[in-house]
Amino acid sequence: MTDRASGTTDESPRRPSYGQRRRARIDALATAGTVDDQPGVSLIRSAWLRLRRNPVFLIGLAITVVFVVLALVSPWLAPWDPTARPLLDQVRPQSNPVPGPEPGHPLGADDRGRDLLSRLLVGSRQTLIVGVFATLFGLLGGLVLGTLAGAMGGWVDSLVMRVVDVMLSIPSLLLAFTIASLARSPSQWTLIVAIAVVQVPIFARLLRGSMLAQRSSDHVLAARSLGVKPRAIVFRHMLPNALGPVIVQATLSLAVAIIDAAALSFLGLGNPDQRQPEWGQMLGLAQRYISEAPHLAFYPAGCIIVVALGFTLMGESLREALDPKSRR
Amino acid sequence: MTHHPMGSAEPLLAVRDLRVTFQRHGEKAFRAVDGVSFDVRPGQTVGLVGESGCGKSVTSLAIMGLLPKRGNRVEGTAIFDGEDLLSLSPSAMRDRRGADIAMIFQDPLSSLNPVVTIGRQVTEVMERHQGLSRKDATPKAAELLERVGIPDPRARLINYPHQLSGGMRQRALIAMALACNPRLLIADEPTTALDVTIQAQILALLKELVVDTGTALVMITHDLGVVAGLCDEVNVLYGGKIVERGGRHGLFQRPRHPYTVGLLNSIPRLDAPRGEKLSPVPGSVADNLPWDSACAFAPRCPNVLDVCTQEQPGWDGDQVVGYRCFNPMGGPR
Ligand SMILES: Nc1ncnc2c1ncn2[C@@H]1O[C@H](COP(=O)(O)OP(=O)(O)OP(=O)(O)O)[C@@H](O)[C@H]1O
Ligand SMILES: [Mg+2]
Repeated sequence: MTDRASGTTDESPRRPSYGQRRRARIDALATAGTVDDQPGVSLIRSAWLRLRRNPVFLIGLAITVVFVVLALVSPWLAPWDPTARPLLDQVRPQSNPVPGPEPGHPLGADDRGRDLLSRLLVGSRQTLIVGVFATLFGLLGGLVLGTLAGAMGGWVDSLVMRVVDVMLSIPSLLLAFTIASLARSPSQWTLIVAIAVVQVPIFARLLRGSMLAQRSSDHVLAARSLGVKPRAIVFRHMLPNALGPVIVQATLSLAVAIIDAAALSFLGLGNPDQRQPEWGQMLGLAQRYISEAPHLAFYPAGCIIVVALGFTLMGESLREALDPKSRR
Repeated sequence: MTHHPMGSAEPLLAVRDLRVTFQRHGEKAFRAVDGVSFDVRPGQTVGLVGESGCGKSVTSLAIMGLLPKRGNRVEGTAIFDGEDLLSLSPSAMRDRRGADIAMIFQDPLSSLNPVVTIGRQVTEVMERHQGLSRKDATPKAAELLERVGIPDPRARLINYPHQLSGGMRQRALIAMALACNPRLLIADEPTTALDVTIQAQILALLKELVVDTGTALVMITHDLGVVAGLCDEVNVLYGGKIVERGGRHGLFQRPRHPYTVGLLNSIPRLDAPRGEKLSPVPGSVADNLPWDSACAFAPRCPNVLDVCTQEQPGWDGDQVVGYRCFNPMGGPR
C-alpha cells in the first residue's frame, strides 16, 4: 500500500546476485501462512491434516524425534563414559592407530581408545544444544529487529533493513567463520553466537515482511477503527499473526545451524575440549586417520547429514503446507 | 438549511469540501475524493451511494483518520461535535475512534483477528475506552453479543472468528463497534460479503440498533435497495463528487441526475415484466472525464449536452437536496 515495501530490492535483468536470491527466498516465505481463505486456527488445522498424510513430513518428524530423544537420554544410554579410554591398550600408533569393532564396542574406538558409539551418542547432545540455542538466539534477535522495522516503519525500517541486507549478501558460513574466529578462546558458545548472528537477518527480514502484510490487513484496520493503541496493535493484532512463517523458518534454521556448527568445529573454531564430544569436532579429529580409518569420519558425518535432513524435510513440508501457492 | 424539517437539529458531523489526493512519487496524482460536503444529524441515517471506485471508502477512511500515513493528502474539514476531526492529533483521534465514532467493514471474516477470541476482541474496546477491567467487561460483552442477536453469547465469547458463521461474525463486529455507545457509526458495505437472507437480517439489526440507541449512521453501499429501506437522506457519489442528494422519498420518486436514474434502473424490481432486461449504467468509470473542465459522467450520460464536456457543472441546491447537472431529468428547477 505504501512505498515502504520497495527500496530494499533493486532487481536487475541479470542473474540475481547471491544476496538477491536469499532475499527473494525469504520474502516468498513471508506470505506463507497468511492466506485469506482459511485464516487463523483453521489454517493451522488444515495444514496439519495435509501434513499428517505427507510421507516426507513424517520421515522428517521421525528422524527429528529420534534425534531429540537420543540427545536427551544419551548420557544414560551410552554404554561407556565418552571420556573413558577402555581400548587404550589396543592403540598402536604405527600399526593400529584406531582400534576396530569388537564385542562391547560395536563401532570400535577412536585414536585414544575411547568408545566411538558412546561418543557419537553423547555428541548428539552438544549438536542439539548448539543447534537449538543458535536458532533460539537468532530467532530472538530477528524478532526484535523485525518487529521494530515492521512496526515503526520509516527510517527505523530503512536502517534495520539496510543492515540486514548487507548481512544477507555475505555468504552465511563465511560470516559465521569470521565471527567465530574473533573469539579469544573458542567454546561451544562461540559457535552458538556466531551461528545466531548469521540467523538474525534471515528472521528479521522474514518477520518484517509478514508484519508489513499484517499492517495493511483488514483486521488491523478494523482494530485501528476502534481506537486500539499502537502497542496493542503491534503485539496483539500484528505479531501473533505474523509468526507463522518465522516458525517454519526456525525449523529449517535448525538444520542449517547443525551443519554450520559442524563445519565450524571441523575447522577448529568450536569447543576444543574433547571431554565434551561433538560431531563436527569428531569429524575434525578424524581427518588425521582418513585413509587408515575412514569410518571414524563416516559416522559423525552420517549423523550430521541424517539429522540435518530430518529438520529440512520437516521444515520444507511445513512451509509447503502453509504456503497457499504450493498447495496442490 | 433551516427551512427543511430534517435540518432543524445541529449537525453531529459536518463534512465540508473534503478532498483526498493520492500521490506516490513517480506517479500522477489521483484525486479519489473531490470536494465532498454533507451533514449527518444526531440519530439520522445518511446513505453514501455509488459504483465501485467512486470514493466511498476513501471518504469514510479520511473522516476516521485511517488513511495510510504517507502517499496521500487530505483537505477540507469534518466537524464532529465542534471539533475538526481532520486536524486532531493522532492520539486525540484514537480516543475518538471506537468511543464517539466507530466503523464496520465489508468483510467480517478478515476484519476479525483470527487468533484472538470473540470475547477478547469485544472486551478490548471497552477496556480501551471505558477503563474497565477484563473481568468487568466480560459480562457486558456477553450482554452486547446477546443484543446483536448472537445466540448463546457466553459460549461464543471463547470462540475464535473461524468458528462463527458469516452473519454471526458481522454481528460480532457490530457489537465491537457499538460497545462504547458511539454517536456515529460508519458502515462500509456491511452486507456485501453476506448471503442475501443474512443481508436482510443484518440490515434489520442495524436499523433496530440505531433507532434504539439514537446513533447516527452513515451507510455506504452501491445498492440503492439497501438505501431505500434504511436511509433518511441519500448522497449519490460519482467520481469523487456528490452528484445528487435528497431525502429518500424525493430521490426515489423524482431523481434528477441521470446517474441516479441509471442506478435506480439497475435495481431488480419484483413488479417488472419477466424477461425485461436490467439496465445498468452503460460504460465504466474508466471513461470518466476530469471534473475541473467537464462533467465526469458526460461520456456515459444519456442526457449529455455540449456544455457537459466543456464546463464543470455546479451544485444546484443546498445542504439537504440538490444535484450537479446541466441537463437534469425533468428539466431545470
Ligand atoms: N491507498 C490508495 N492509494 C491509491 N489509490 C487509492 C488508495 N485507496 C483507494 N484508492 C483509489 O481511490 C478510488 C476510490 O476508492 P474507494 O475504495 O473509495 O472506492 P469505493 O467507492 O469504496 O469502491 P468499492 O465499492 O469498490 O469499495 C479508487 O479508484 C481507488 O483505486
Ligand atoms: Mg469501498
